[in-house]
Amino acid sequence: MGERTIWEAVGRRRFLLSRWPWRAVAYVLSTPMAAAASLAVLPFALVGGPLAARPVVAVERRRLRLVRAASAGGPVSWWDVAHLLVVALLAVPSLVLGLALVLVLALIASPLFVTPDRVLALGFGEVRTVQEAVPFALTGLALLPLLLYVFALVAGVHSTVARALLHPSGTRLRTELVQVAQSRERLVTAFDAERRRIERDLHDGAQQRVVSLVMQLGIATLELPPDSPAAESVAGAHAQAKQLLVELREFVHGIHPQALSDLGLPAALQELADRSPIPVTVRCQVPARPSGTVESAAYFVVAEALSNAAKHSGATTIEVAASLRHDVLTVEVTDDGHGGADAGHGSGLTGLADRCAALGGTLSLSSPEAGPTTVRAEFPC
Amino acid sequence: MLIRTVLAEDGALLREGLAALLDRFGFQVVAAVADADALVAAVTDHAPDLVVTDIRMPPGFSDEGLRAAVRLRRIRPDLPVVALSQYVETSYAADLLDSGTGSGVGYLLKDRVGDVREFIAVLRRVAAGGTVVDPDVVRTLLKRNPLAGLSNREREVLGLVAEGYANAGIAQHLVISEAAVNKHVGNIFTKLGLAPGEDRNRRVLATLTYLRG
Repeated sequence: MGERTIWEAVGRRRFLLSRWPWRAVAYVLSTPMAAAASLAVLPFALVGGPLAARPVVAVERRRLRLVRAASAGGPVSWWDVAHLLVVALLAVPSLVLGLALVLVLALIASPLFVTPDRVLALGFGEVRTVQEAVPFALTGLALLPLLLYVFALVAGVHSTVARALLHPSGTRLRTELVQVAQSRERLVTAFDAERRRIERDLHDGAQQRVVSLVMQLGIATLELPPDSPAAESVAGAHAQAKQLLVELREFVHGIHPQALSDLGLPAALQELADRSPIPVTVRCQVPARPSGTVESAAYFVVAEALSNAAKHSGATTIEVAASLRHDVLTVEVTDDGHGGADAGHGSGLTGLADRCAALGGTLSLSSPEAGPTTVRAEFPC
Repeated sequence: MLIRTVLAEDGALLREGLAALLDRFGFQVVAAVADADALVAAVTDHAPDLVVTDIRMPPGFSDEGLRAAVRLRRIRPDLPVVALSQYVETSYAADLLDSGTGSGVGYLLKDRVGDVREFIAVLRRVAAGGTVVDPDVVRTLLKRNPLAGLSNREREVLGLVAEGYANAGIAQHLVISEAAVNKHVGNIFTKLGLAPGEDRNRRVLATLTYLRG
């Protein structure tokens, strides 16, 4: 059963001994019934859309598995309805083949049924004795393989048509891939927009409030006499509020850095470099601003690479380079550490690789033992 | 004498809080506005002694406050401006220092409003023509470019110069004599190639050199 289509199976010498003839027979013999069901449901589908034909389509999809021409599944489409039409058209040839099979089987079985007082009419003549029936039976046996090939032929033609209709062709597949890619990009863009919105909300809301709080507590510490019992707790509250402000800023920065939206990639990368515990040199040649989504993805690749380098690489210097040339934005982070970094090993790079891919970009990691480690991302823009 | 101040901050809560704070510590808030255009209009109307502005304001919520301040200092190059920012951005400080006469500017993280005394002192220093840059900005820049030629002590002194301290203040801060500070500052000027007798304020130029790394 290694063959993928009935045509491959027919080509084999052992075809008649395989399960394929029986599949073909089962398929063709069930076609007239399927045709009747198709004809019954087609008017509804034509009026009410493909979904109206869903029950029959479901059965058809299962039946097609017999000849290994199953559709890829998925929602019921007009292609399924077209296929039902093909099934309906195949009803007559299938019936003829079915009758032929009955005839051939009757020929083969004729010696068993013939008795002196019963005359068997076998189409080409009448037989009265077993001896007379033998040539008919031999003819039937000779015709049977031929007939099985005809069954295979019909099933093969049908499965080819079904494949063409139900399996997305190159163009359809491409169209669908483009749709998937676009939807993925929209998701990433929406995700990014959401982060900016949250950042903005926190900036306008919580951050402002905490700044006010810090200020009020600052005034209170000034106004309370130093020996008052409240002085110490107010001073403590003041210190905590200040710490909260620092932490809130870090948190907001992690969601979406303001420097990135306000000033673009070079400033934001420089800011990242300033935060790194390992000395970082930044070289940027980004004359124009890419889309916000691409900027964010590039930024977070560099942020992740810098944080990985700080945690694991043992590096003493890191270089960050960003360039925009020929509509491709490239960011690259190279450290002089001991290498051996593994992208699959709990690193945030995997998620970032998905994010890059969704934007049509690529993320690559090179980290031989003994280093250096280079993380590189490219984005079309 | 009251320092007549125009305040620009889009968050109503913070704007009112700041206005109250300023009123209390000897400033007169002649206008408290919520966006950059209103800031320009208010400064034109009131000709204040000091402008305190948020950097990120409507309509674009990016650096409207800073752009407005730079524009105002083109018209009135010695207009004292203190810009407040939610995060450290060295280029904002550099833009401010590049504007107008290069002095009478301050760039602070918003967090500093909590340290009321220091905050008020900074506003007064800037109103008097001083230049103050947030210690976080200074730290970042120091890290970015350690101004290789300077000794640690000189870098420390330069950092305080950039924060707007006079020599006496620096001496107090570092617990050294004022004569020692004078010597350090002289060395810094020499190392940064700032010859004496030039027309411009060497402290400001040193700060600028420092900020540009």
